[in-house]
Parts: sequence; C-alpha cells; structure tokens
Amino acid sequence: MERQVVERAREAFLSGKTRVLEFRLQQLRSLQKMITDRQAEIATALKQDINRSQYDTALFELIGIENEITLAVGKLGEWAAPRPVEKNLLTISDEVYVQPEPLGVVLIIGAWNYPWSLTLQPLIGAIAAGNAAVVKPSELSEHSSLLLRALLPRYLDQELYPVVTGGVPETQELLKQRFDHVFYTGNSTVGKVVMAAVARHLTPVTLELGGKSPCYIDKNCDLRVACRRITWGKFANCGQTCIAPDYILCEPSIQSRVVEAIRQTLLEFYGADTKSSPDYGRIINLRHFHRVMSLIEGYTAVLGGQSDPSQCYIAPTVLKDVPPHSRLMQEEIFGPVLPIVTVSDMDDAIHFINEREKPLALYIFCSDKTAVKKMIAETSSGGVTVNDVMMHYTLSSLPFGGVGQSGTGRYHGKHTFDQLSHQRACLVRSLGMEAVNLARYPPQDRRRARRARLALRSPMIDFSKRTFVWAVSATVVAFGLVVTLTVILLIASGLNCTCWYWEGWYT
Amino acid sequence: MSREQIAVERARKAFLTGRSKPLEIHQLKNLANFLVEKQSEIADAKKDLNKSEVGTQLYETLGLEGEIGLAVKKLKEWAAPRPVEKNLLTISDTVYIQPEPLGVVLVIGAWNYPWAVTIQPLIGAIAAGNACVVKPSEVCVHTAQVMETLLPLYIDKELYPVVTGGVMETQELLRQRFDHVFYTGNSAVGRLVMEAAAKHLTPVTLELGGKSPCYIDKNCDVPMACRRVTWGKYTNCGQTCIAPDYILCEPSIQEQVIQEVQKSIKAFYTENPKSCPDYGRIINQRHFKRIMAMSEGSTIAVGGDNDESECYIAPTVLRNVKPGSKVMQEEIFGPLLPIMTVSGLDEAIQTINQGEKPLALYVFSPDDKVIKRMIAETSSGGVLANDCLVHYSVSALPFGGVGNSGMGCYHGKFSFDQLSHLRACLIKQLKMEGVNDMRYPPHTAKKLGWARFFILKNPDLGWLARMGLLACLVVVAAVLLQNYFL
Repeated sequence: MERQVVERAREAFLSGKTRVLEFRLQQLRSLQKMITDRQAEIATALKQDINRSQYDTALFELIGIENEITLAVGKLGEWAAPRPVEKNLLTISDEVYVQPEPLGVVLIIGAWNYPWSLTLQPLIGAIAAGNAAVVKPSELSEHSSLLLRALLPRYLDQELYPVVTGGVPETQELLKQRFDHVFYTGNSTVGKVVMAAVARHLTPVTLELGGKSPCYIDKNCDLRVACRRITWGKFANCGQTCIAPDYILCEPSIQSRVVEAIRQTLLEFYGADTKSSPDYGRIINLRHFHRVMSLIEGYTAVLGGQSDPSQCYIAPTVLKDVPPHSRLMQEEIFGPVLPIVTVSDMDDAIHFINEREKPLALYIFCSDKTAVKKMIAETSSGGVTVNDVMMHYTLSSLPFGGVGQSGTGRYHGKHTFDQLSHQRACLVRSLGMEAVNLARYPPQDRRRARRARLALRSPMIDFSKRTFVWAVSATVVAFGLVVTLTVILLIASGLNCTCWYWEGWYT
Repeated sequence: MSREQIAVERARKAFLTGRSKPLEIHQLKNLANFLVEKQSEIADAKKDLNKSEVGTQLYETLGLEGEIGLAVKKLKEWAAPRPVEKNLLTISDTVYIQPEPLGVVLVIGAWNYPWAVTIQPLIGAIAAGNACVVKPSEVCVHTAQVMETLLPLYIDKELYPVVTGGVMETQELLRQRFDHVFYTGNSAVGRLVMEAAAKHLTPVTLELGGKSPCYIDKNCDVPMACRRVTWGKYTNCGQTCIAPDYILCEPSIQEQVIQEVQKSIKAFYTENPKSCPDYGRIINQRHFKRIMAMSEGSTIAVGGDNDESECYIAPTVLRNVKPGSKVMQEEIFGPLLPIMTVSGLDEAIQTINQGEKPLALYVFSPDDKVIKRMIAETSSGGVLANDCLVHYSVSALPFGGVGNSGMGCYHGKFSFDQLSHLRACLIKQLKMEGVNDMRYPPHTAKKLGWARFFILKNPDLGWLARMGLLACLVVVAAVLLQNYFL
C-alpha cells in the first residue's frame, strides 16, 4: 500500500504540475485555509492527545505555521528565481547562476510532541520547493494523526501530498521505498535507523533530533526574570519539547534562590493546584510516563514530585544537587523534571557541556557580553538563545537544526526551501570566443600553460551590487575632490574664478 | 588499537586543543607552498596515469592554488558572524549565524584527479577550522605515497594526518567516529560510506558520478561544439567524473559530428595518440577490461585500437548506439564516446529523464530557448551550455550531484559552509519582561491576540529604514533650499 502511494506521488510529480509557481502558491493558501477553518478541531485533537490548552496550541503551533505559510507565499517568487553568482575573468561574458529545482518526492516523518508544527512546517517547504511529499504523522499523537489524514486531502492535492498513518511496520515499509529526500523529526536512535535505511537509495536526509539542552545561569544575572523564562520553556507542553531547557547549571550559592524563583513562577502560571490548571499538559502516554518517573526514582524533589498515572500527570518537578552521573543526566528527559547541577563557575560549566554530546539548543543567562561570547565560542550546539529560552525557534531567518547527535540539516523560512531543493549550478556560454580556450587544448606546452595559468588564476571580479555602489560613489567623491582641489589651487594662485559665475548672475 | 584508530584519536585530541582555529591561514599558506615547491614530485604522479607535467599543473594544482588563494583572502569574511533579518519580537536583539568547525572530518579521495579531489576538500576543512584525516585512493599508488611522505612536512601532521591503505583500511576508518565524511568516488561505495556514517549520525558529502549526457543541437556550430566535446571527453583518457559520457544528436548531423570529433582528436593527439605525451592511459587493467567489454555490440566509427600491456585505449567514437547496449548501462569513465540518435529536443529530454540524474549535463545550441527548455525539463548536478567541464573551475558555483550523482556540494565558500556548522544565535536581554507576558500562562484570548500581532506582523524593516532615510534626506534638502537658495 505504501509503495502505491509513493508511486502515485512520483507520477503526480513527474506530470510537472508542481513546476508552476502559481500551483504551489494555491496549495499553500489552501493549507492556510485549513489551519484557519479547522482551528477548533485541531485544538480538540491536541487536547485529547496531550492535554494541550487551546491557547498553547495556537501559540506554539498554529501561529508558527501561519507565519511560515505567509512568508513562503510572499517570497516564493524570489526564492525560486535563478540566483546569479560572482563571475571571474573566464566567465565574464557568460550567464552564471544557481537554479533552485525540486528534488522530487520527499518523505516527512513527524513527531508527536508538536504534531502539527513538526509535520506541516517541513511540508510547507516541500510544497514551496515544488516537490511531492508523503506525510507520515506520528502514531503516538493518535487523534492529530487521524485528523490530519482526514483533513489534508480535502485541502491539498491528494496524489501529490498523501498522508500515510501507521506505526513502526508502516514506517519501515515507507523507508524501503525510494525518496529524493527524507525529513525526520524524532530521537537519535530512530534517526540512525532512518539514515541507514535511506543510504541504500543514496537519499539525502534532514534529521531533527534532540539531546540534553543545557541552561547555564550566571550568579550575577537577574534571577527572577531568568527563572521565569526558564520555567515557561521547561514546563510548556509538560516538558515535551525538543528545545526545552533540559537541565540547569549554576553555582551552589544561587541554587536556593533559583528554586524559590521557579516556585513562585509556577504558582503564578499554574496556580496552587497544577493538576487542575487548564494550561498544564500531560505526558503523551503511560510508557513515557513511566520512563520519566523512573528517572527521578530515588531522588527527593525540592519542588513537585507528585504524579498520577491514571492521567499521565507529573507535577512540575525540580531537583537540587543532582549528581552528573545519575540516570537523570544520561538521557534527554523530555518531561516536566528540571534537575539542577552545580558547577563552580562558567569554565566548569563549559567543561561540563563539552563532555557531553552536542545538544540541539544551549541557553545562557548572563548579563556579561564577554562571558556570553566566550561560552558560545567554546561550546557547540544546534542553536543558542541567550537570556531566554526557545526563542531562536521563532525567527524564520535563523536556520533551525542540530549538529552531531542532535541532528543534521536545518529548516525554517527560506532554509526549508533550500534544504528541499537542489541548487543546480548553471553556466551558459557561447560557442564564440574560442580564442580564449586555445590555451587549454593539447598539444600542451609551457607557453600555453602559462597563458592558461593566468586565465584560471585571474582574481574574481566582484560584480556584486555593493561593489558597484562603492565604485560609483568613490568615483563621484574623487571627482568632487579633484574639482574642489582645482578651484582652491586657482584661487590660491590669484585667479578669482568664481567671479565668472557671479558675473553671469548679475547681468 | 589499529593505526587508523590512533590517527583519528590523535586528530580529535589535536582539534580539542583549539589550535585548528587561529592557525588556519598559516596552514593554508603552507599548503600552497607545498604545491609550488614540490611541483615535480607531484607531477611524478604521471606514473599513475601517464599525465604530462603540464597536464597535471593545468588540471590539478592550478585549481588548488586558486582555491587556497580564495580561502586565504576571504577566510575572515566567511568565518565572521552573519547577521540575519529580524522580526518585531527580536527588534532589539542581536541575531546572527555563527559558522563553527564541526570537529574531525574524513576526506576519502579518488584516483582520477588524486590531487584535486583529495586536497580541495582538505582546503575547505582547514579553512573551516576542522581537523582532517586524509585518505587518498590506493589505486594511484605513487600519488598516495607522495602525499603521505610530503604533506606532513608542510601542514600539522596531527591535525591533518594522511592515512594510506586499501579497502580494509578504509573500512576501519569508517568504523571510527567523524563529524563529517567527504567521499569522492562511485555510487556503490557511496552507499556503503553513508551506511557506515549513519551509525554515528555523521553527515556526509558524496561526490559521485553518472552518465553525463551531451546534447548537440543540429543548428549549432558543429565543428566548434565537437572540438570542445573532444577536449572534455578525452582529457585524462575519459576518466573525469564530469566528462561528457555520451552524445545525443539528430541522425542528420551524426556523420558530421563523427568527422569533426575525429579531426579534433587528430589535432590534439596527433595521428598516433599512443605516442603522444598529452594522451593518458587507463588507470589499471581491471578498468581497461571493464571499458573494453563495454564497447561490445556497438559499431566503432573512430579509433578502437588498444593495447592491454600499456592500458592504452585509443580515443574511440561509437555510432548509432542503442539505449539497451552495454555501453549505455553504466558510467563509461573511459575514452569511448557513444553517439545516440534522437529525433529532436523532446526525445533527448525524454532519454535523459529515463536515466538517473547525472552529475553534469551538457547542451550545445545557439538558441537560448532550447537551452532554457533543456535546463527546465531535466535535472542534474550542474549544467553547462556550449562547453564542457569548465563549470568546475568557477568557485562561485556549487559543485555537487543530486540523486545518484551525489549529495552536498563544495568549491570556494561552499566548501567552507559544507564543513562548518552554521549555528543560529539569538542574544536577548533580561529586560523588557513585560513583552513576554503574552506567552505566559494563565492564557487568555487577549494575550493570544497580542502574540499573533507580534509574530505575524512582519513589517519589512529594511524598507522602513530606507523610507526613513529618504524622509530625512527630503527634510534636509527642503531646509537647504529654503535657507540658501530661495
């Protein structure tokens, strides 16, 4: 069944429908309509899947999707146009440009924590780039997955953008088919399996994985504000966010203040009884519930710790003085548990972070610009947000992606378009000007080689607009200076040349 | 621990000391010195491929010197933070992309242009601040030896070790963990490399190959076109990943094409290419046999003579080749030039699209419309109209394949970007906390309204700034006019 779906998508792609920009724009606008019209149904599905509040859904998913569609619709003409590049002496009279082209059929494997965002955002890029796309939402967010399967065919071309639901066997069957790009969001273990599977077809991949995103709090920063932001990022969606601050690193002297600030913020956000707050989510299923609970086994929480398996509810939990080698610090938590690990200073924190795999995000709370620069320079991560959490995700001009174990490739905004396109190098020459080519033909001799050497090593003449503007303004300024200099010299030598001008004026 | 493991671990330790970052320009300049000072040793590699010294210089080291020069000149610009467009929410923040080194890169070279395809990725790796393990192809024995002995004399031997060896050693290397693997070679091994890299979630760049079609329009200047095709095809005895693999043309010009190619062959390589110093040899007997077997079943129009003892195959043209013939089943990578006749541009496009996406596509036509149509209705790594091979030497163009011909691209700044991590950085302040209220629970419809406004309203800040500047200039002009001229 999966094979047929992929074959149909390929046939639809080969028909050339998607080459026309207008078609892509129409599909994108239709997708926008789906989001706007069906908001309520989407929010209901998410409530059933993960107890997400209606507002959080809009805030975290729908607004982001809308933003991406608006951007794509507005900029598609520009993104899909040929991109001229710098020429050199050899190509001075040629057309040299990079032409973005669709890849073909893309496979998008979504995740369950933000089932709409993580499935539709890559889809937006795939549509914009002119590809067909097979969408495979995560089976763990069951209601969203079924809703997507019901809705998408009503708004988008059914053959070009089919939705395939199912679990592991269906995904494995899909991965046996040949795609032109596979976009996977999820965990590293499955990421490795995906990459190995597609290697057979030499299919490029984008892997948006995860990791333990560290959050360093400097002792001299405004703790109240810092902890407020961290609390928001950590406990939104019940900690099930790939870029949630996984753990805190701070000096022992401020640990208690951090805990207190978090406690106050939790009260402010969710009230005294978190369980009954409409804004606090749930763990996706029992398996993950038990996974998270087992991580805190044996520890006494300094905040929270309560749980209710019948609701997959875990209270916002904070743990102090967590040992670096505990289980809690070995895997990505992906839940509402916030360990605090103490470090002696920033250098110690940098050392701690570098001992571990490169995370998807790094958070630094510090008012000292130099210290911040140092931390960024001496660590690596997918992205960095300083003095806040998660916000680098919301700016579409920033590429969003991981490095090392946290992933490969990136997307958002134009980056999605580029990631799902082939940037084809195009050089259009003429059959004239053969004299220039003579040096390259055999029989080769030293003299010819020298000429070829000169031609090939010519500096690239910068034809960019910036240089042109600079050149023109420099010429104008130089000319002006020359004129001024001449006038000054003439006046100095006694000639009252300006009177010639005024004479005309008076008569 | 195996030799390969030791080399990789030493490279990683050397990388972690942080010394690969500030020393880049120094190392690149040393590499340039190496290419100039050891010119004759490098050219000695003609033993491997019967390349003339001048030929080596032209095709390999010149390009490298150019790339090094470019990298040295532009490194500061490439490695600097790259500011990006902001939105209303981030208007007072610092937002940029910071290029960073990945770590330890593995470069696996090929045998056809052993210097170019092994050192060029190395240049990108060094420029990006990585450590790099260089594994030259074992097929060109002498070149590998020269690299192993001489390279450590010029560049840091712990950061950039050369590991020689065959299949076993390469497999051992691929078991180690790298931060990027850069492979040039064929698709079959490309798959294995990617599978091995998947175990460590290592990103890969694969520069593979394919059958690069060459369409000659009947209305073009056929002698000129054939001259360029002949040069592109028989350089390095056809062993170039972007050599025009086969010709597509209408039956009416086939004879003319054959004659013109023959003329060019004579002009370039004399009546007896075997004794011409500019004509190469097949790399080894295995490939010789492979290529000879391919010509079975096709009609030879030009050439055809060969000498197994010297791995010599004459520049050969095959006429009226059928799509099902042996020579059309895989990349030739040798001096056989099949001509397949097609009824016109439509059939040519159809034929090209039936095969895998090639690394390069060539189209010879004076008509821009034909060229544009060919580009729009096919796909390939790169396209070159009215010439062969030279798009490789334009460093502003990304060089790479698509589909079976590869993934990733390099040359010039693209090498730097390919072997860097482009890290998104957002620097906010701990002030203006009031703005954030709209995102915090308890949620209300009003807060959501504000959030929508800030995220979705994306005024073009650049346009606003320009309009503001214009307004200021108009005010200044008005003031001047009023006070001094009226």
